Amino acid sequence: MKTIREINEKIRNGNAVVVTAEEIIDIVAKKGIKKATREVDVVTTGTFGPMCSSSAYFNVGHTTPRIKIGGGTCTLNNVPCYTGLAAVDILLGATAMPDSDPRNSVYPGEFRYGGAHVIEELVAGKSVRLQAEAYGTDCYPRASLDTHIELRDMNEAVLFNPRNCYQNYNVAVNLSDKIIYTYMGTLRPRMGNANYSSAGQLSPLMNDPLYKTIGIGTRIFLGGGVGHVVWQGTQHNPCVARLENGVPRFPAGTLAVMGDLKQMSSRWLKGASFTGYGVTLTVGIGIPIPLLNEEITAHAAVRDDQIVAQIVDYSEKYPQCIAGSLGEVTYAELKTGSITVQGKKVPTGGISSYKRAREIAAELKTWIQDKKFLLAEPVAPLPSADSGVKCRPLNERPVKKKK
Amino acid sequence: MTNKRIVLTFPPTLVGQPITSYLVKEHDLMLNILRANVTPNEEGRMVVELSGVKKALDEGIDYLKGLGINVEPLARDIKWHADKCTHCTACIPACPSGAMTVDRTTWDVSFNRDRCIACELCISVCPFNALEIQF
Repeated sequence: MKTIREINEKIRNGNAVVVTAEEIIDIVAKKGIKKATREVDVVTTGTFGPMCSSSAYFNVGHTTPRIKIGGGTCTLNNVPCYTGLAAVDILLGATAMPDSDPRNSVYPGEFRYGGAHVIEELVAGKSVRLQAEAYGTDCYPRASLDTHIELRDMNEAVLFNPRNCYQNYNVAVNLSDKIIYTYMGTLRPRMGNANYSSAGQLSPLMNDPLYKTIGIGTRIFLGGGVGHVVWQGTQHNPCVARLENGVPRFPAGTLAVMGDLKQMSSRWLKGASFTGYGVTLTVGIGIPIPLLNEEITAHAAVRDDQIVAQIVDYSEKYPQCIAGSLGEVTYAELKTGSITVQGKKVPTGGISSYKRAREIAAELKTWIQDKKFLLAEPVAPLPSADSGVKCRPLNERPVKKKK
Repeated sequence: MTNKRIVLTFPPTLVGQPITSYLVKEHDLMLNILRANVTPNEEGRMVVELSGVKKALDEGIDYLKGLGINVEPLARDIKWHADKCTHCTACIPACPSGAMTVDRTTWDVSFNRDRCIACELCISVCPFNALEIQF
């Protein structure tokens, strides 16, 4: 048994043993769980994939005379921001796009530019155009604003993502006769391809499947800077069926994360355009897992062939919310480049980058080894498999139209 | 023997003529049509691979140019921006010719120009706009 405090002491002294979630696999295979737990202090994980529920909020600073953007309208590079906050606090969502974007009216839409791209440009140090219209008050008389602004001009710029880091995800296929465009990429007819989106054995929540160490307050690598887990993510669904090793067989846990956007890098926060679907932000996240006991080590040593995902039809089943899987595959199978579904060989493609996930795990390992990153003790656990917490669909109660 | 992959753009007036068979018969070239979009009374576009001795190739291309056909090397057609690629592999199942490949040890995605048939299927599949058609 070790404590996070003891591990931090070792990090400060420069003698903590840190390995990636790939490296721990071989260490456990060679030395066994007992010895590995004794010798290794921290396992670093990583993931780099599209995460729609991402946003940034900014305090842009007060103008002279003052303007109350709150309750008015505001855009950054023509992408609308949320203004239902105080005078100069605005929030930009990753999936927002300019009013002038044709969306899917010219099908399939290209979605070349949206909130996620504005976030990427700001992080890259670029100047963007801030426009606002306000209704004017006695204390905030100004009615409009049109200015260039950069990240460094802002008082606060915070990445705030209500749902990131999905613990497992569907493998998407298309059973219909026509091509479909989804957030899982372009899916060709009659199972022309199968797309998956998890870093598997490197993915943070796959390495701590029951949230024994990752909790509210955990310090993380976020978009190239330092952030924190601030809550369970939206749609957190920990009570799904699991394998014996604790790994959920379906999409399960999620994380809400936040961090200082000014520290981040556009290498790890990238705007993404999904043809026919929309704009999203690809986020890089790395989470350290302290090996406090043997159970945690056993979980962190999980391999791609011990993690399964469900194959789901996105032409009919997914959009119509019809439960049902065409089968279960392991990430080891997905990563060979093809899987067999209903007797047909189907080529696979990734939506999240394993190469970048690996780089993040390595980067976080270096930060810890260089004493630049200490572990944070969670202040509260995330609801786990025994919590009874469930993600439910909307109970629709249609409002009758008046005659 | 030399191989050359070229993009031919020809004006509406030439669309009705059997230009490719002339290349085979008169210039002794092997010809593999990789893609073609030829509609009567419209500009035609064709991606072909020509094989033959160097001299015959040059003469064949001169013949095409003499007819008013625009001839460009295929390599200029699809450009892969390595700096924009995140190596996610979404393009891998989309590519029919094996031009986009991934090393399953390093997980590096790379683009092999020689294998590209400029079908453009990868363009809309890449979320990062790392693939571009260049005319």
